[in-house]
Amino acid sequence: MDRLRKEWVLNAVLAGALFAVPLWALMSDEPFIITLATRIAILAIAAVGLNIALGLGGMVSFGHALYFGLGGYVAGIAAHHAFHGTPVLGLPGTNQMLPIWAIAMVVSGTLAGIVGALSLRTSGIFFIMITLAFAQMGFFFTLSWPAYGGEDGLPIFMRNQFPGLNTARPWDMFLIAYGVLLLSLGLFAMLRAARFGAALMAIRQNPDRAAAIGISPFGIRLVGFILSGMITGLAGAMMADLTRFVSPAMLAWTMSGELIVIIILGGVGRLFGPVAGAAILVGFEVFFGGLTEHWQFWLGLVLLAVVLFARGGLVGLITGRARNV
Amino acid sequence: MSEPILALSGLTRRFGALKAVDDVSLTLVPGEIHALIGPNGAGKTTLMGLISGRIAPDSGTVRLVGQDITRLSVARRARLGLGRSFQVSSLIPDYTARGNVMLALQARQGHSYRFVWPVMRDRPLWQAATDILARVGLDTRASVETAFLSHGERRLLEIAVALALDPRCFLLDEPMAGLGSEGTARMVDFLQELKQQAPILLVEHDMDAVFRLADRISVLVYGRIIATGTAAEIRANSQVRAVYLGEEAAP
Repeated sequence: MDRLRKEWVLNAVLAGALFAVPLWALMSDEPFIITLATRIAILAIAAVGLNIALGLGGMVSFGHALYFGLGGYVAGIAAHHAFHGTPVLGLPGTNQMLPIWAIAMVVSGTLAGIVGALSLRTSGIFFIMITLAFAQMGFFFTLSWPAYGGEDGLPIFMRNQFPGLNTARPWDMFLIAYGVLLLSLGLFAMLRAARFGAALMAIRQNPDRAAAIGISPFGIRLVGFILSGMITGLAGAMMADLTRFVSPAMLAWTMSGELIVIIILGGVGRLFGPVAGAAILVGFEVFFGGLTEHWQFWLGLVLLAVVLFARGGLVGLITGRARNV
Repeated sequence: MSEPILALSGLTRRFGALKAVDDVSLTLVPGEIHALIGPNGAGKTTLMGLISGRIAPDSGTVRLVGQDITRLSVARRARLGLGRSFQVSSLIPDYTARGNVMLALQARQGHSYRFVWPVMRDRPLWQAATDILARVGLDTRASVETAFLSHGERRLLEIAVALALDPRCFLLDEPMAGLGSEGTARMVDFLQELKQQAPILLVEHDMDAVFRLADRISVLVYGRIIATGTAAEIRANSQVRAVYLGEEAAP
């Protein structure tokens, strides 16, 4: 019980800090810091998505950049058509975030369903390679698709709109990202505690046992994989709006790797692991990136230390092993 | 004799040139413990795999209460009432004893696609799991994670999980393995009681336990059943003595 309380305190501290720092930046007129916090929040949402597949379900997807980039392209393409006043697939473009998010989630969820249905027949290294292969297909497809910029990417000239807020202001954009992050964390916690989560985590630990008591591993895993892809796709749409730019780089395998790194740094399967991990990653990039262009070397050392000495990531290091049902 | 709960007929499975299971037919009728014995490599594990659905047969059928389940998946068979325990304890290591039983109850109810309500706040499920743990004498250990349970406790938890499925029949793969004499005695008593609920197909190496428990015994040698009968009949069977009991008595 003590471990449990410790974890809630840590979660509250992380959530509080992620709000307090940009609030301070708002007061002292430091928009760069606000945008940085927004970036952390959006990367954390993407990683919350991956954490459903990887953390709860043990499905090591090395291709989540596919859903991230797909979400990004949905936002970019919708904004592009809204800007030029041209239809897309017979529909008008839109510059409203809410419908864009819905479309991004449906599209990335559908693709995750297809990829999952094919790749979940394998496991281990084969699963990793198949998910990577699908993401690479998406990467090269966007690279060679001239209609939306090809390798040059697609700019979003004006951020898409959110009712009641001015998305051009960094603070408003942060509030949107922070709100969605809290919602996605709530969804993760809800899934984990529900019967579905109990089944998914059991399958991760012992799929044969799960089958022997009548829970089909394939179906539960597939649903987990789809939900995972949907949330990562949503984050992609938000990231495109934050940077006002979509490019094939969002679908690159390094992006998939980054999401995995975030989860490992923060704590696999832990509720606030993605938040801690995204903060560490972006913090490293900004702090050490200012000192040396080889900041990834130092990140690599930290990752090595985590894998060797602190398997539970930052959350695990502070609060100990996860408690289960 | 009453309608069999489980009926195997002509089950055959080859691995290359080896016939691991060769034309096996047997039945499990209500109220009985039917033990399956045989020397190492006789095909017991393969046969259990064929019944549970982990391995597909080359020919033959498996029927559960008259329904042909030969082509169904492991999970489907379990939902139809095939309650299985494993030779090597196979539980969810990070879950508590209660968590393992609750998962089985949840599977039995067929409601794993529920995304909202916390399962640990499900009082009826929680209570049912606690009651089942009490039946096997594990109620005081309900909140201990399975990885920290002793070997004997895990064997009991295996049974508790099988009980939670409220199956039509139990498939128990060496429930006494590694239990020690006291644990084995307790397990024997418990299985006597368990067979009132549903018949048991028992694979077991402990011959004392088998001869004390089993209503019928089938002897599997090189993938074939060479004899089926009561404990007394099997003891008296000269062929069985030669290939199996004799071997064990020899050294």
